[in-house]
Order: sequence, then C-alpha cells, then structure tokens
Amino acid sequence: MPEPIIDIRALSLAYGEGESRNVVLESLDLAVARGEVLVIVGESGVGKSTLLRVLMGLSRPSGGSVAVHARPDCRTPMAMVFQDARLLPWRRVIDNVAFGLEGSGLSRGQRRERARAMLALVGLSDLAGRWPHQLSGGQRQRVAIARALAVEPDVLLMDEPFSALDSFTREGLQDELQRITAETGKTVLFVTHDIDEAVTIADRVVVIAGPPGRIAAEVRIDLPRPRLRRDATLQDIARQLRAELSRRSAEL
Amino acid sequence: MQLIRSTALAAAGLLAFLVLWEAVPRLGLVNPAFLPPPSTIPAAFLREIELGVWLTAVLSSLSHYVAGLCAGAGAGIALGLVSGMSRGFEAFTAWVVRLLRPIPGLAWVPFAIIWFGVEPSAAVFIIAVGVFWIVFFATQGAVRGVDRDLVEVAQAFGFRGPLQRLVKILLPAATPGILVGLRTALGQAWMAVVAAEIFGVPGVGQRMMQASSLLSTDIVVVYMLTMAGLYGLFDSAFVALQGWLLRWRA
Ligand SMILES: Nc1ncnc2c1ncn2[C@@H]1O[C@H](COP(=O)(O)OP(=O)(O)O)[C@@H](O)[C@H]1O
Ligand SMILES: [Mg+2]
Repeated sequence: MPEPIIDIRALSLAYGEGESRNVVLESLDLAVARGEVLVIVGESGVGKSTLLRVLMGLSRPSGGSVAVHARPDCRTPMAMVFQDARLLPWRRVIDNVAFGLEGSGLSRGQRRERARAMLALVGLSDLAGRWPHQLSGGQRQRVAIARALAVEPDVLLMDEPFSALDSFTREGLQDELQRITAETGKTVLFVTHDIDEAVTIADRVVVIAGPPGRIAAEVRIDLPRPRLRRDATLQDIARQLRAELSRRSAEL
Repeated sequence: MQLIRSTALAAAGLLAFLVLWEAVPRLGLVNPAFLPPPSTIPAAFLREIELGVWLTAVLSSLSHYVAGLCAGAGAGIALGLVSGMSRGFEAFTAWVVRLLRPIPGLAWVPFAIIWFGVEPSAAVFIIAVGVFWIVFFATQGAVRGVDRDLVEVAQAFGFRGPLQRLVKILLPAATPGILVGLRTALGQAWMAVVAAEIFGVPGVGQRMMQASSLLSTDIVVVYMLTMAGLYGLFDSAFVALQGWLLRWRA
C-alpha cells in the first residue's frame, strides 16, 4: 500500500474506571489508503462508532496512535455523516449544508454558493429553502452527506448512514454514494451491519469482532462499478463474510 | 362550521356574563358602588381619557413593565444559559438559588422602597425580580435539555469552544423553551406592575388605589379592563413573534 491516509496502530480505548472499566477497542491496527472505500462491519456494540469518534477527535483513545495524513491545506481533514442525519432543525437545508463552512473565512455568499453546489451533487437543488422537518428520511441523509462534503474533507466518515432507511431508498443512496466517490475521489470509512450494503460499495471490507473490538478479518473486493447486487462473485463474498461473522460470534 | 359555532358560543357566553353583571347591581342585589354595572364603564373610560389620566397612567405602567421585563428576562436568560452550560456554576449557585427562589417578588417591596424610594426604578426592580426566576429556570432547563447529539455535530464540524457551542447549537435549540418561559413572564410581569404601583409609584396600579379609596369603582374596572386589553395585546404579539421565530418547527 502507498502511504496510507489513515494509519491506526495498536489503538485501544476503554470507558470508565476500575470495576466498571469497559474495554471497547484493543490493539486495533488499521490502515486506509487514499481514495479507498473501506467498509467496517461488525455486530452492534463492538466499537464501530467508537472507532469513528476517535478519528473525529470526539473520543480520546487510551492507547496506541492514530495518524491522519491529510493534504496540508485541508482545513477539515474529516467530516462525519451520522446514522440519524442530525440536521439542525432551525436551519434551512441550504444553511445546514453551509454549517461547517462558517468560520472558514468564506463570505456568506461564497458559503451558500458552495452549499448549492453540494446540494446539486446530491440531487437536492430544489429543496434548498426547505426546513429539515419537511424532508423525507432519504432526503435528510442526502443533506447530511452534502453538509459533510461541503467542508471538502479528505476523508468521509459514515456511521450506518443508510440503516434507518427503507431498502429501496437505501439502495438508491448506495448507488449515489458510489457515483459521488467516483466523482470526488474521497476516501470513505463506512460503517454498516448490512453485509449486502458492504460488498456493494466497498473496495475493502474489514470485520471487527469483540469485545474488545479488533480487526478479525478483511476482504478486498476488486469488482468494477457500478456493481450488480445479484452478481455471483459479490454474493459469494457476502456469504463468506456472513460465515466469518457468525463464526466469530459463536466463538465468543 | 366548527369555528363559526364555537365563535357564536363564545360570544353568547360573553353576552350572558355582561347581562348577569348588569342585572346584579340594577336589581339591587348588590350596591352599585360596590359593583358598577358594565353600562357605566364606557362613560368612566371617556372621563379618564378626557382628564388625560388614562394615557399618563398607562404609559407610565408600560414603561415600568417593559423595563422590568427586559431587565429580568435579560438577566434570567444570561444566567440561565451559564447555569445550563456549566455544572460548576450550577453547583456553586445551587444553595443561593434555593435560598432566594422561594421569596415572593412582593416580599422585595420593602427593600425596593428603601433602595430606590417610591420611584419608577422600585417598580422596575420588583417586576424584574418576579420575571427573573421564571426565565432563569426556563432557560436553564431548555439548555440542559438540548440534544447532546446536536452538540456533537458542532464538535464534529470543528466548533468546539463554549461560545461556539452556545451560538451554533445551544441558543437556537433552547429557544422554544426560553420562549415558553418568556410568555409566562409576560403575564407574571403584569401582576407585578399593579403590585409595585399600589405602593405609590405612578401608573395604573396607583390610579386604581386612588379610585378605590374614593369608592369610584367604575374607574377601578376601567383599569382592570385596560390591563386585560394590554395583556391580550402583548400576548398576541408575543405569540405571533414566537410563531415566526419557531417557524422551523413542524
Ligand atoms: N460514552 C460512553 N460511555 C460508556 N460506554 C460507552 C460510551 N459509548 C459507547 N459505549 C460502549 O462502548 C461499546 C461500543 O459502542 P459503539 O462504539 O457505539 O458500538 P457499535 O457502533 O459497534 O454498535 C458499547 O458496549 C457501548 O455500551
Ligand atoms: Mg454504532
């Protein structure tokens, strides 16, 4: 691998102290290549969200190192898309998308212009003036993606971003995400517990098993895009991953 | 249809109330000096206007009201925000708050008069004290109740300082709760206005006391209705403002 954009070594993290100490992540190593779409799968509670929070600087690890080799001129190396969109309900769609640009030195007009371009990218130009409560779940998630992309991050962190959506909307957004990553060349760290979703969008899938969470398996997927969900090779990989996951949980 | 029906019913109810009110003193059930019939009120109102007393009293009361409301609400919002954001500040002030909070606004009247004299500032002070606690607790609770996930969004986008947290997330998110407190305060402040002025600060309350000592109960009623009208006006304006500020809500 060329120099990775994210290099996590021997990362460990525990919540609490003494008796109630809960080791969530332990000696986790993970390197992500620039431009790679890395999908993390694992059972609920193994520390997937915690891992992303550490990368965002929202949680402090108890050991190990996390290095991010962003472009030197990158103001916000990473941006996050949460499962529940988390739009700010008192801001119109356009101002939600422009949120992360405040304090960047851009004028209000420039921020809006950038926000408008991002809305166009996710196909929501017409909804710029709406309030978040006037959007569907899928539209909200698109706005959240636009908000994250607006700050021009090197890495997009996505924590089960589509899991609250119906399967039709979910597949639409998976296709959309593939188009966007192809267009922008972003590095993506994508957490999901949906294996089919993982193999559809990933360049590489890693399985986190635990507790404490560590990398248990990984599969590289070199199939061309756009991928057909019924593709036999893809379904084969999905089957392997499912077997791996259930073996891991049987062991524990 | 439903609306017309309920409007008609409400009007009928009001009419019945006025008829009853008119009948009681007219039939001699109560001395008209103790309960002036409503038909005498418009004349009393005109007399007060012609004397120029009404406008003076109302303007004077309004100035106490607005000043007291602004001072009390301003302090309540500011300290409520700090207390809602900082556990340390909350702990530091916990016992002081417990000590002062139960003291009714009117219990401050002696000190208000000693500190400010029988002056408008005394009325403003009494009104502000009453308003302060309502707004303080509403603000503190609203800030405390802000969704932590939204605060995390701000952090994730690099807004990590307390001031940025306040401006970007806490204040807008707490606005609905703060406005509820302010609306309650709007009504509470009217009560305080009368109470404060009864002790002699010029205004509606003082004029009512003068009138009642002369047994001019019709004039007392004029000011009671004046206050009801003004309160209704302020409340409607506030509700409109609230609706506009919270237009982002479903
Ligand atoms: N703030 C916290 N304090 C204490 N424990 C936490 C906290 N956040 C998460 N945990 C615990 O860490 C573990 C991993 O959580 P999480 O990273 O959310 O898992 P996942 O995203 O894989 O479902 C869980 O056992 C959870 O209870
Ligand atoms: Mg999670």
